[in-house]
Amino acid sequence: MRSAFSPLTIAVNVTVLLLVILWTIPTAGLFISSIRDKDQLARSGWWTSLATSKQQLIARSDNPDLQTERDGAYILEGKLFDDAEGNVSAFGWRSQEPSTFKPGELAEMKDGKTLIVETDGSYRFSSPEPWTGKRGKRLFYTTNVPPRFTLDNYREVLNSEGIGKSFINTLTVTIPATIIPILIAAFAAYALSWMQFPGRALLIAVVVGLLVVPLQMSLIPLLKFYNSIGTILGVPAKTYVGIWLAHTGFGLPLAIYLLRNYISGLPREIMESARVDGATDFDIFRKIILPLSFPALASFSIFQFLWVWNDLLVATVFLGNSEEQLVLTGRLREMLGSRGGNWEILTASAFITIIVPIIVFFSLQRYLVRGLLAGSVKGG
Amino acid sequence: MTQLLQAFLFMTVGVGLCAAYFWGANFLLDRIYPGRGVPADVAAVNLTRSAIIRPWLFLGPALLLLGLYLIYPVFYSLYLSFMDRNGTNYVGVSNYLWMFNDSEFRESFLNNLLWLFVVPSMSTIFGLVIATMTDRIWWGNIAKSLIFMPMAISFVGASVIWKFIYDYRGEGEQQIGLLNAVVQAFGGTAEAWITLPFWNSLFLMAILIWIQTGFAMVILSAALRGISEETIEAAVIDGASPIQVFFKIMIPQIWGTIAVVWTTITILVLKVFDIVLAMTNGQWDTQVLANMMFDWMFRGGGDFGRGAAIAVFIMILVIPIMIWNIRNANAEMEGR
Repeated sequence: MRSAFSPLTIAVNVTVLLLVILWTIPTAGLFISSIRDKDQLARSGWWTSLATSKQQLIARSDNPDLQTERDGAYILEGKLFDDAEGNVSAFGWRSQEPSTFKPGELAEMKDGKTLIVETDGSYRFSSPEPWTGKRGKRLFYTTNVPPRFTLDNYREVLNSEGIGKSFINTLTVTIPATIIPILIAAFAAYALSWMQFPGRALLIAVVVGLLVVPLQMSLIPLLKFYNSIGTILGVPAKTYVGIWLAHTGFGLPLAIYLLRNYISGLPREIMESARVDGATDFDIFRKIILPLSFPALASFSIFQFLWVWNDLLVATVFLGNSEEQLVLTGRLREMLGSRGGNWEILTASAFITIIVPIIVFFSLQRYLVRGLLAGSVKGG
Repeated sequence: MTQLLQAFLFMTVGVGLCAAYFWGANFLLDRIYPGRGVPADVAAVNLTRSAIIRPWLFLGPALLLLGLYLIYPVFYSLYLSFMDRNGTNYVGVSNYLWMFNDSEFRESFLNNLLWLFVVPSMSTIFGLVIATMTDRIWWGNIAKSLIFMPMAISFVGASVIWKFIYDYRGEGEQQIGLLNAVVQAFGGTAEAWITLPFWNSLFLMAILIWIQTGFAMVILSAALRGISEETIEAAVIDGASPIQVFFKIMIPQIWGTIAVVWTTITILVLKVFDIVLAMTNGQWDTQVLANMMFDWMFRGGGDFGRGAAIAVFIMILVIPIMIWNIRNANAEMEGR
């Protein structure tokens, strides 16, 4: 046997460790950022979040139109910190020399202008001429920022950004769209496995073929179909029932395929002895097939759950973008456009959208893996 | 809350209806063609008849839904691709002519080709390497679980995660995006990566590779375990190095599984849409076919003819894999 400390073993361990870090760091960064104070989040990388680090920061004074005139000097003053936390250890007025001056020192700028910053973060620009320009003046300072963690970001997105509502919408879409296909697919899979009828092989081939039909083919015809159904019946075209059925239809090929693979592998003897005892196909299905197929049913449910929860395309096309019906993925996508720079909102919202699938994933991973293997390895 | 109750109610009603259908249809069939309580010759005829009908009762709802949601749309999309924007007038092949002359379409197609080359190959290679290595260490299952995890994350969620990594702050400000921080740590200059043509497509592909590597790893890991120990031992005795064992003994034995992983990811790549929509919406030369199709469904009130033509094009790219899958499935069924 190979020794436990051979160079190869060490190399393998280190490489895997690096890969694991590479794969988990994006999600970890998102989570850490989502619980950071939003000012800190915007100013420093999340990897610095634990350090009471010296940070070199940039601030802008108030707009020049807020300047006041005192004794012939034009003053722009204010505070760097909103809540009196933090202390300035150095400052400067040029990006080349961001920390030349100690707090309390008077920094001479060009044309007789001056800047002074105190330890508590209050600053004062002074100039013999009025300050011009649309934006405030830049100043550079170094400060010790203690790490601050908070759940405020979550509070905000759940209450005022509509994530709470979208969470319920997503649940509303996901639960029925996961459960309804199972029963339909299970009956079909049983018929395709254990009942004799003409065209069975053809049907199986059709199901296998449908597995890879791109969703894009279905979108326009179904959108037209839903619209005309809506007009004929006088109901809205974009309803929850519509999307439940759409997800059911799109999920069926995989459901039938997975369940058929599993059900056709069950031992023939069980079914034959049941039949000798006078059981009908319906009895066999209900009393033998369903209980025995639990692992396959669980695999498919997890697939379908993850797929429906994470879906954006079907929800956008068949449920629409109205405030009332927007699902989590749709809301998140909208925020990426409208709140692109507000990372405290984006990270917290994203974490809320991914936490449920991740919990499902870690608790039911076994079934997911089994389903993947049943669906893929057999094809090879 | 009422909404959730409604959903729950619908679910109960839906499942109840399904159950009632299957049970009721089955019951009716037994009533119409009773197999018991009738003379033996009638019973025999009845049993044969019900055996002919019953499979279709079981298959009915599934066939109906498959037909409505997948089969009929394929043909209707094909039909619409020869019609004008509202699907009312026949316009011949002009949608296709427009498509092949459209610069955005050509850009999307080239991008898709790049996606088709990069994502399946990188995911498979990473998956294979990780699967091989994790099988040799005691904490391999934990490692696998963590690498597999992105699979549970939606494309939009992953887009947020990675957009944060690619984030760019103006010059002079501290970079909060990990990529720029790393680049700066190595002495480079920060860039707005998402807006750099060509490279930005690769950055979008990285997201999908991040998600799909876990899938490739799980499947390939199972295949690797199926390799017979004897072949490896024999090679080791003959003096093969670990690298030789890997490339000459292990890889050839799992070739079929590699092909399955590759084609599965290929199909996924052809349909990739969410990532591009969320990250760039096709700006800065990142457009792909699926997003362009989605765009034409709604752009300027929607042009169904052009949208359908792009969908048909995607479908045509999928067909070879579809045929290959069906042939494999048939071969497997005959072998059983």
